[in-house]
Amino acid sequence: MIKIQKLIHDYIKRDDEGNAAGTQRAIDGVDLDVKAGQFIAVLGHNGSGKSTLAKHLNALLFPTEGTVWVDGLDTKDEKNLWEIRREAGMVFQNPDNQIIAQVVEEDVGFGPENIGVPTEEIWQRVEYSLKTVGMWEHRKKSPNRLSGGQKQRVSIAGVIAMEPKCIILDEPTAMLDPNGRREVISAAMKLNRTKGITVILITHYMEEAINADRIIVMDRGKVAMQGTPREIFSQVERMKELQLDVPQVTLLAHELRGMGLKIPDSILTKEELAAALMGGQTSQNSGLGGDCAKKEAAHGDQN
Amino acid sequence: MGIKIDDICFEYERGTAMQVTALDHISAEIPDNQFIGLIGHTGSGKSTLVQTLNGLLKPTSGHIYYNGEDISGEKFDKKKLRADVGLVFQYPEHQLFEIDVLTDVMFGPKNLGLSDAEAKKRALEALESVHMPEKYYKSSPFDLSGGQKRRAAIAGVLAMRPKILILDEPTAGLDPKGRDGILGMISDMKKNLNMTIILVSHSMDDVARYVDRIMVMGGGKLLYDDEPVKVFRHVQELENLGLAAPQITYIMKLLKEKGLDVSTDALTVEQAAAEIMAHRRELHV
Repeated sequence: MIKIQKLIHDYIKRDDEGNAAGTQRAIDGVDLDVKAGQFIAVLGHNGSGKSTLAKHLNALLFPTEGTVWVDGLDTKDEKNLWEIRREAGMVFQNPDNQIIAQVVEEDVGFGPENIGVPTEEIWQRVEYSLKTVGMWEHRKKSPNRLSGGQKQRVSIAGVIAMEPKCIILDEPTAMLDPNGRREVISAAMKLNRTKGITVILITHYMEEAINADRIIVMDRGKVAMQGTPREIFSQVERMKELQLDVPQVTLLAHELRGMGLKIPDSILTKEELAAALMGGQTSQNSGLGGDCAKKEAAHGDQN
Repeated sequence: MGIKIDDICFEYERGTAMQVTALDHISAEIPDNQFIGLIGHTGSGKSTLVQTLNGLLKPTSGHIYYNGEDISGEKFDKKKLRADVGLVFQYPEHQLFEIDVLTDVMFGPKNLGLSDAEAKKRALEALESVHMPEKYYKSSPFDLSGGQKRRAAIAGVLAMRPKILILDEPTAGLDPKGRDGILGMISDMKKNLNMTIILVSHSMDDVARYVDRIMVMGGGKLLYDDEPVKVFRHVQELENLGLAAPQITYIMKLLKEKGLDVSTDALTVEQAAAEIMAHRRELHV
């Protein structure tokens, strides 16, 4: 779906008169291959190059060196521009910057209308998109009466209405309350799992990345790590070095291991932690004799 | 002394068909030197509440007393209130504008009518409090990293020497290390400067970790006002409000459901680890 080869991106710094006064390398030799239908999470500290990378995926930026192909289309080739932007839709951080119409359904219909989709089909797409993100019942509302999570779902619906093959979400939950965050992440998951749309999620919330097929960690413009969530998050110290974190449950398991408990180093969910703790308990107990078993029985009685 | 909020209400578009009640009979005391977390879903009234505290919005009914004086009173010095109750908005780095960091931070105190020398003294103190490396004092604020920009912007408010500092989601959009850095810095500021901090946040994990007290807003009402452990015992009610408990609370609850007899009051990774180990020792020693 997306193929990146030796990508380099330099931002040009300008002085007050607008003359080029130097460059800053934001992407420094990135190679990447994303297959259709994958869910990819991109992590990295502020300034690591995540957002710059994202903007290359729908031709908002062009390579200084190297090549980006979206569904086989080279982003450098100007005639591919509109096709690429239709196939790879983008959702940004601030919901208020992305909604333009006075009514939810008109906002979602704006994109398809812009590319000349016949009216009848626009309405079909609007209905389909709003239902996919669970916002159909709000279709007649004014966007400014919606919560942050609802606005972001409208933004996602606006992208879906373009029938993209790929959707890029650049910190879509940074400004949302816990409920809004849940709504947006589950809408993105659903798109990927049920519609087969490739999802690229950029986030600072580690727990949003645990269901990804693959995590890419950026640092100083390079891909510092990549692998499954389990491979990535088991490296707690390395993640901290990269100014990142791991999900709290993984961190808890890591601490417990440090305190001498025998649990795996790649716990990703609370269910896994419970299984590890309970499993450890029964196997340890079975090997222990009289006193301990009695003590546990007594402990059980107290409950 | 601090702030006393006495039964205030606030309605937007009052008297029109669009009238919305944003604050519905709120009463609370904000004493000196306390770290308070203010949580609530989008539109719950958090921002309206904090704007009434420094006089940006006037309650439609009820009173707010600052050090015993009614802030709506005619003789009350509003300018002093705005210096004493500092408000750091969301994405404060968007408000940076000066040619270098030091000059930007000096803008507030100069606006209070202080001399250049005094403004500079305060700015230097503020920059130190936010742990801004000295090498950046003469840099353009726009050349700083995201986390550093935010520190510079917070220093700008701190230089006014507020007694109460309100921060509206100071960690939004920052990476984990930036988040910990800013929250650690705020926590230090509270200790070293004896300030009251009100942290408006959507991150239950952050709030659980740092604050002494949590105020929960929902539908314009103040629904809970208590220490974090007690507030986060209401997991179901918080979820119904569009909020959540810290991740650790969910982990401990599941462990308990599965038969591990642990307390579900742990709010941080450290507390949870200690609780699980204590439980183990009880069973096996």
